[in-house]
Amino acid sequence: MDLAIRVEGLGKQYTLGRTSGNETLRETLANATSRIGSLVRGGSGEPARERIWALRDVSFEIRAGQVVGIIGANGAGKSTLLKLLSRITEPTVGRATIAGRVGSLLEVGTGFHPELTGRENIYLNGAILGMRRADIRQRFDEIVEFAEVTRFLDTAVKHYSDGMYLRLAFAVAAHLEPDILLVDEVLAVGDARFQRKCLGKMAEIADRDGRTVLVVSHSMGTIQRLCDHSILIEAGRLAEMGPTPAIVARYLSDATTAGPGQWIDVSAAPRRGTGEARFRRVRYSSGVEQAGFQPYPDGPLEFTFEIEADEPRTVPSFGVVFADRNGAKLVNADILAEGETLQLEPGLNRVRLSIEALHLNAGVYQVTLWMGDTVGAGFDLVEPAFDVDVVAFESAGFGVTPGSEYGSVTCHVSVEQL
Amino acid sequence: MIDESTRRHGAVHPSLTVIQPRRGRAPLEMTALWSYRELLYFLVWRDLKVRYRQTILGAAWAVLQPFVTMVVFSAIFGRLAGVPSDGLPYPIFAFAALVPWTFFSTGISQAAASLVGSQNLLKKVYFPRLVIPIAAVLTGFVDLAIAGAVLIGMMVVYGIVPTLTTVWVVPLLLLAFVASLGVGLWLSALNVRYRDVRYIVPFLLQIWLFATPIAYPSSLLPEPWRTLSALNPMVGVVEGIRWALLGADTAPGPLILVSSAVAVVVLVGGAYYFRHVEGTFADIV
Repeated sequence: MDLAIRVEGLGKQYTLGRTSGNETLRETLANATSRIGSLVRGGSGEPARERIWALRDVSFEIRAGQVVGIIGANGAGKSTLLKLLSRITEPTVGRATIAGRVGSLLEVGTGFHPELTGRENIYLNGAILGMRRADIRQRFDEIVEFAEVTRFLDTAVKHYSDGMYLRLAFAVAAHLEPDILLVDEVLAVGDARFQRKCLGKMAEIADRDGRTVLVVSHSMGTIQRLCDHSILIEAGRLAEMGPTPAIVARYLSDATTAGPGQWIDVSAAPRRGTGEARFRRVRYSSGVEQAGFQPYPDGPLEFTFEIEADEPRTVPSFGVVFADRNGAKLVNADILAEGETLQLEPGLNRVRLSIEALHLNAGVYQVTLWMGDTVGAGFDLVEPAFDVDVVAFESAGFGVTPGSEYGSVTCHVSVEQL
Repeated sequence: MIDESTRRHGAVHPSLTVIQPRRGRAPLEMTALWSYRELLYFLVWRDLKVRYRQTILGAAWAVLQPFVTMVVFSAIFGRLAGVPSDGLPYPIFAFAALVPWTFFSTGISQAAASLVGSQNLLKKVYFPRLVIPIAAVLTGFVDLAIAGAVLIGMMVVYGIVPTLTTVWVVPLLLLAFVASLGVGLWLSALNVRYRDVRYIVPFLLQIWLFATPIAYPSSLLPEPWRTLSALNPMVGVVEGIRWALLGADTAPGPLILVSSAVAVVVLVGGAYYFRHVEGTFADIV
């Protein structure tokens, strides 16, 4: 099988501090003077600067036609890797060889000009992404139809709604048709219906003949749906490459940022409420090791809270709310619904809240914390407090679960032939 | 496999890309630049569209700036100071120089600001970075054409008949382009690292305006100073255009040679410097 991408010992070093940005002439002159000074005194002549490796010693190979996910925590170096492969920035060491035409999509709508019309921006953006005018003309109708902006084609995009703008931007990029496509988390745009359409288009691109795709995403659901293989990047190094399920499981089990079992400090988070009682820390876990203790569709989820109270208090309404990326509230797990109350003592309280079955499909959700009276103002509202990743994990059927793009809320269904 | 993919995509992009740190001098990669000529076209097209859509006077700005300057120069230098004008009416003597000068100076200031103004592109998309300042300078040709039409109108008014030497205007404008782009490349690349450049450019252009024989003829200078003054590439352009278009007896041959040599050196040097620092643009802009 042909190789599409070969990466050997690739690394990128950044210089930290003021001098990494645009220095003024004065600073350069000052640096030059001090360098000469230290040379005269017999030093090395290099001023000491803090350097960090954003990516180091990364090697892997991707065959033509593979769809590979890149996962890792924030700041692990995923985006740096894509920037190197798309030649936006240069590596410090190492080498990458790419066979085929590369299209990279690190952001939708790069180079869109607000004063230009939809039609004009399609041509401009296409050219920026490396399409030829003839190609754009040929796919023009397809792009317009996909973006659903036919009526507004000759309107300046500054008058577009956010949704229209994003749809148009994604549509141009999706019709790029390079041999190798590099995508960075751009799928989280638009409303749920358009996200589904984008994901479908991505799958289509991936399925077609010999197209190689590299996807960076925080959504394990997206990665699991699109990619057979994945690369896990940790602290700038390639931790593991292999079949997606194994890589995702490893990532989830050693996720250090706000993952299951980790205390999440919300004491300084922006909040509303009277402050009579306050959330301090919270952690969550599904208790299922195979899922990396992450929540999964229809699985259990347990929260442990640390709550500070000034006086003894009975709390009738207490719980967590799950919302999707667009802020639509989906699940309200409130003890009020069960008629239970929470008794708080002065000082620090530890409280467990258990959800028997979380009826959410795989995807990323925002969690809001709430406690209050049934009447009047709430005591504390942290909205949103943190994100959870509901992972696709062994459903009863074929071992796959549907993603949230076909609806976020699950239910139990049955079928029989009549 | 490479041949196959090249054929399929019409060789627009080199199909085998090697990404590695640069060692030594970065090649200019003119073929890569050529393959992005359509992007160049669209960037110029965008700048023009946006400008004509946002400004009320639109095309008039192309004429207004050199024209008003010409009026001021005519009043102050032509009338009050009585500066000689190679036997030509002073207004057309000044305007014939101001038209290429405006092209040159606008090109420099647009190019200098171009990379910083395109940060989002630099950080998110790959294409040969040289496209950006080149597009900035090329856009000026439209203004040049409009101002040129006014210049032709003035020639008619003053009864100046074009001769065969008029065709020299074309290579002379090319020289103005080479000079403008050469300086523009240096300044645009420097501006990414040193934002001081933004403040230096207007100042630099102001001095440059008076260092160029626009308000006065270079025949005021004794030799060898006159020929040496052509180290400023705009001397060759201005004196050449007066000779080619207006029939002024400036004998610009040596001036044009010196100016051309300097302009080419500045452009080639600028292009190599640009390519040398290009790799860090996305990191520091």
